[in-house]
Amino acid sequence: MKISIASGKGGTGKTTIAVNMALSLDDAMLIDCDVEEPNCHLFFKEPMEKVRDVGIPVPEFDLDKCDRCGKCADFCQYNAIAVIKDKLLFFEELCHGCGGCKIICPLDVITEVEHFLGVIEKGGTDDMVLYHGLLNIGEPFGVPIIRTVKDLADDSKTVIFDSPPGTACPAVEAMNDSDYVILVTEPTPFGLHDLRLAVDVVIKIGTPFGVVVNRGGIGDDRVDRYCREEEIPLLATIPNDLDIARLYSKGIPIIKGMPEYKDVFAGIYDKIDEIIDGRGAY
Amino acid sequence: MKVAITSKGMDLEADVDPRFGRCQYFLIVDPDTMNFEGLSNESAMASGGAGPQAAQAISEKGVGAVITGNVGPNAFQALDAAGIKIYIGANGTIRDMIDKFKRGELEEAGGANVGSHSGMGGRR
Repeated sequence: MKISIASGKGGTGKTTIAVNMALSLDDAMLIDCDVEEPNCHLFFKEPMEKVRDVGIPVPEFDLDKCDRCGKCADFCQYNAIAVIKDKLLFFEELCHGCGGCKIICPLDVITEVEHFLGVIEKGGTDDMVLYHGLLNIGEPFGVPIIRTVKDLADDSKTVIFDSPPGTACPAVEAMNDSDYVILVTEPTPFGLHDLRLAVDVVIKIGTPFGVVVNRGGIGDDRVDRYCREEEIPLLATIPNDLDIARLYSKGIPIIKGMPEYKDVFAGIYDKIDEIIDGRGAY
Repeated sequence: MKVAITSKGMDLEADVDPRFGRCQYFLIVDPDTMNFEGLSNESAMASGGAGPQAAQAISEKGVGAVITGNVGPNAFQALDAAGIKIYIGANGTIRDMIDKFKRGELEEAGGANVGSHSGMGGRR
């Protein structure tokens, strides 16, 4: 089963939930899809090791053969190519690597070269493999790395994807193709606001989803009420606990320092399993 | 020589829009006759590359200069390639800016004066 951990708002506790769930299950792997700022590895002692580079194909133009017809610039949805008077300009950082310019070029002046965006690294423990993608600094576009690191999912295992925050392309890519999405929120007005945005996106994607409230006890009860009204399963509430914060600040997973939480995180999985099997309460 | 001015409205009394690639309108003005043509900026809502796209659009209008508030690196490169002069720091009405332009009081940009995405508000 593939489970994505996502949230509209950043800093709600996606990584906390992802790491502790993966460590609470018998046969899980963890894939950190937040390629701009991966942080699951902070909870493991072993350093991450490079697996491979990730790049996208970008065009190279034979300007002697090019007649500046501008068809490639018209085609490019990302405005990475501009033809102005007798000049062709290519803005590499805007290119999404779709290859359309090469197909559209009537004079066949385009060849594709690899533009490296970042790397895939591996870590975790002997029992629980962690992969993450790492976008090079200055690159604006992480989706190809997310796609590549997701491909490393082992279908025989329970795969936990830690998604980037927000509701834009990287978050959508990290949630796509999962069997279930867990939306992590905090019980504050800000948390509820961004939860609603995330819910809108997950409904569009069409994946079943539920909510985990982190830092329960702060704020108010509006997230609980919202979930009840919208009939969204509330999978678990992790309390706002100073001991949890202490462990977090030292990079220690909750279940290592407070083993009683293992049942809480494994219980989230059990609930999802029941929901997906159609035996759940919702 | 016609000049393009980034504008918040479609007439000469409108204020300059300080953004280049994501301005609301371009007014293409002939400074000698003060005749003008308004152009809605199709690039304003582009997900990326608004600057180069806007530069292509006004280049096709045959303008020799652009008057705006700020210009980013990609837009500068595209306008420079088109041989279009870039005057920055403009604020006030379009009519005032044309007057300043005619008196040679506008600052010509030697490069981008803001970073990428500066016209995108609080999003970045």
